[in-house]
Amino acid sequence: MFGYVGTLLRIDLTNRKIAKEPLDLGAAAKFIGGRGLGTAILAREIDPKVDALSPANKLILATGPLTGTAAPTGGRYMVVTKSPLTGTVASANSGGFWGAELKNAGYDAVILEGKASSPVYLSIADGEVKLEDASGLWGSLVGKTTDSLVAKHGEKARVLCIGPAGEKLSLLASVMNDKDRAAGRSGVGAVMGSKNLKAVVVRGTGSVAVKDPEALKAAVKDCLAKIKANGVTGSGLPTYGTAVLVNIINENGVLPTDNFQRSYDPKAEAISGETLAEKFLKKREACYRCPIGCGRYCETDGIEGGGPEYETIWAFGSDCGVSDLSAIVKANYWCNEYGLDTISAGATLAAAMELKQRGLVPAAAAPGLEFGNAAAVVEWTKKMGALEGFGADLAAGSARLCEKYGAPELSMTVKRQEIPAYDPRGIQGHGLQYATSNRGGCHVRGYLISPEILALPEKLDRLSLEGKAAWAKAFQDLTACIDSLGLCLFTSFAMGADDYARLLNAVCGTEHTGATINLSGDRIWNLERGFNLAAGIAPSEDRLPKRLLEDPIPDGPSKGWTHKLDVLLPQYYELRGWSKEGLPTKAKLSALGLE
Amino acid sequence: MAAGAVHEVRLFATLRTGRGKVVVLETERPSTPAELLGRLGIRREEVAILLVNGRDGSFDAPLATGDYLSVFPPVGGG
Repeated sequence: MFGYVGTLLRIDLTNRKIAKEPLDLGAAAKFIGGRGLGTAILAREIDPKVDALSPANKLILATGPLTGTAAPTGGRYMVVTKSPLTGTVASANSGGFWGAELKNAGYDAVILEGKASSPVYLSIADGEVKLEDASGLWGSLVGKTTDSLVAKHGEKARVLCIGPAGEKLSLLASVMNDKDRAAGRSGVGAVMGSKNLKAVVVRGTGSVAVKDPEALKAAVKDCLAKIKANGVTGSGLPTYGTAVLVNIINENGVLPTDNFQRSYDPKAEAISGETLAEKFLKKREACYRCPIGCGRYCETDGIEGGGPEYETIWAFGSDCGVSDLSAIVKANYWCNEYGLDTISAGATLAAAMELKQRGLVPAAAAPGLEFGNAAAVVEWTKKMGALEGFGADLAAGSARLCEKYGAPELSMTVKRQEIPAYDPRGIQGHGLQYATSNRGGCHVRGYLISPEILALPEKLDRLSLEGKAAWAKAFQDLTACIDSLGLCLFTSFAMGADDYARLLNAVCGTEHTGATINLSGDRIWNLERGFNLAAGIAPSEDRLPKRLLEDPIPDGPSKGWTHKLDVLLPQYYELRGWSKEGLPTKAKLSALGLE
Repeated sequence: MAAGAVHEVRLFATLRTGRGKVVVLETERPSTPAELLGRLGIRREEVAILLVNGRDGSFDAPLATGDYLSVFPPVGGG
């Protein structure tokens, strides 16, 4: 077998049973791997209506056929489960080295089901798989947990774990791997915590068989050349990381500020990628087989660690009215230690600040939570991670927080997940993408910032509606496929569908073309949509917050704009082959082999 | 329009090297972004994103007095 290892690991935590099963090759051919295959397994094995934090939910750690190969950035894996935050399918992607290690240990995916009666961790050393007691690790931060397990299992062991936020079922909890890489979004860490599973330690000494090594070598050489020649992947991301976006997005007047009350931050330079590189950057980091190396490693006041990314800087920075980059580096550090999604954590703090600004949260309940208070952002991030006091309200995310305090309209969320760092009022295609994302507010389901702001692969007018529905669909489909192959989305700044087909064919011996790559993405997208509909997430939730549809941006370069979802959404449904009500038609599902 | 004008040019990322963050240029007659960037020794192919007053700009379109430029090399990725 090529590309795939051919084996799934099934862990029944309730009965502490471990089983190895053959990979369903038909499903692998149809849904590629990673996000697609993981969702197919989830949809087949759970009732989409289950309580996401009950033992009936499953947590699937899935690699793709290119994970662990020489394909550029081939180290990605996905955490697939039903999200306790959104109620939709949750697919959280992460890099680092853990995914490739799992593949080299001999498994395409791990299916975790049931619930252990006491804290456990899973240890995988090639064919030897054991559940071990984790009561001594329960309550530990991510750094300490990782260090303890590496000390016990050897320095080559790779650790995936949750922090205290996941243990205590924060709906913003991430799954962390290699200390500071995060499968960040949709509360996947809470599902792991609900199963009493603290960590999965992997050591793998095998390798992935490749169908045509010479063809792969040639394809990799050409892809590496494209990545090197592209300004973003070849020099921009390596030099500044994603943080360089702070100034770009702000100069366009679409940097949400003070919980989207404004969209131009006059203090953005202080928290920019340029400032980060000048004052806090200690070194660069790269994931498995990554020629880009966008990872930052920063230090401030005796604290050091991975990040922060652009979205993190925005969430704790402009969205909270904060211009103290040292405080943002600290908040990022504590999110990694407690295992919290930085985007949702920062955006929830911003929502809490607006609730308080409007007198809806008693001042005594949340001291210091005011726009611009950098020290409070750091302190409340820790309390959110520990679910301490008002921190427990924060840990449920901004939708539930704003509902509880009587102003749901102040939550800047789609399907209860926090919208990231780009104001859709001034970036029309990206806003459509937010509204239709299968996991709620998310920028990496279809990164239309690429054409609408960065001019890749071509420059689109960010305020125009023309053609945007088609761009959204195309980006969503290709992204679904990249997430399923086991590669990093950032390769798509330089590579196209034909390049992915070439890599996949060399590794697996398949006969994909760019067209079938995109078609596979369309199939995966519809599979996810079907899961969400069956879970009770109605198309009426393909919405943006009222503020973004009705309140024009008050100042800056995008002054006067609102998002035109009512124009774009019907176009999008039609292009998807869905009914006017947003339901996939029988003909569409049949054409995709999804009936 | 008066013959001369003043334009703020905001530079980012590597374009700042040797030039600073913001350069204010005075012109004796109406000019274009291409001319202003030429005075700063910035070639077209070094520029990935050119904004005039925060909106997509064109290298050769005449500027009105007070118009400001934001200029980025190829960078980005979120």
